[in-house]
Amino acid sequence: MPTATFPARFDSLAKIGKFIERATKKAGVDDSTTYAVQLAVDEACSNIIEHAYGGENKGDIQCTYSIANNRLTITLRDKGQPFDPEKIQEPNFGAPIEELKPRGAGLFLMRKLMDEIRFEFNQKSGNVLTLVKHLPE
Amino acid sequence: MEITTTEYKRCEVVKANGRIDSYTAPELEEVLNQLTGNGKYKIVLDMSEVDFMSSKGWWVLIETQKKCRRYNRGELVLANVKDRIRESLDLVGMGSYFKIYDDMTSAVASF
Repeated sequence: MPTATFPARFDSLAKIGKFIERATKKAGVDDSTTYAVQLAVDEACSNIIEHAYGGENKGDIQCTYSIANNRLTITLRDKGQPFDPEKIQEPNFGAPIEELKPRGAGLFLMRKLMDEIRFEFNQKSGNVLTLVKHLPE
Repeated sequence: MEITTTEYKRCEVVKANGRIDSYTAPELEEVLNQLTGNGKYKIVLDMSEVDFMSSKGWWVLIETQKKCRRYNRGELVLANVKDRIRESLDLVGMGSYFKIYDDMTSAVASF
């Protein structure tokens, strides 16, 4: 499975996007799906940097992808702090603009853009985030 | 990312190119904050050369919109938003916070 490791810094996001583009090209999906997957991964990696590591240059993000059983599966691994996704409130889109608060949008987008998301936290091996996009048969 | 600002008679036009993500969004934020800090609240963001936008970028625009709309003194409008970016914007329901124009002429004329 193709794997790449990136420093957990915001300037890695463009390179991570290119890596994901290779994955989507191999999977043969259209441009709209490519963008959706790239965006979901970008949001996930931004969250890893900001929240799991608490800032830039504190570790790495390992990205892996596989294409099997009509699924594109992307796995992101980090050694930052775990978190409980159930505790993150969804953003209050639809509320008057003055009341909008900038939290939870990344996770919200990931859930909307991907077909499956799994968070696993392990003291030893770290955090594993799995993002799955179903492929047309 | 390159960002340019052009002053028009009735508004300011900001043009960004490339990616607007957690790395580049602060640059855009600085440009927009400078404008609002100088009392410029009628702004067109030309997105014709923006090919990627993450939620960090959207929050910069939302915060700018809050400042512009306060006391009805102005607005931030968007022009030439690429379809894929528009789709993700509508997917989360953020589209309703901005007027989006298909071309610069209409966007500038809206002020």
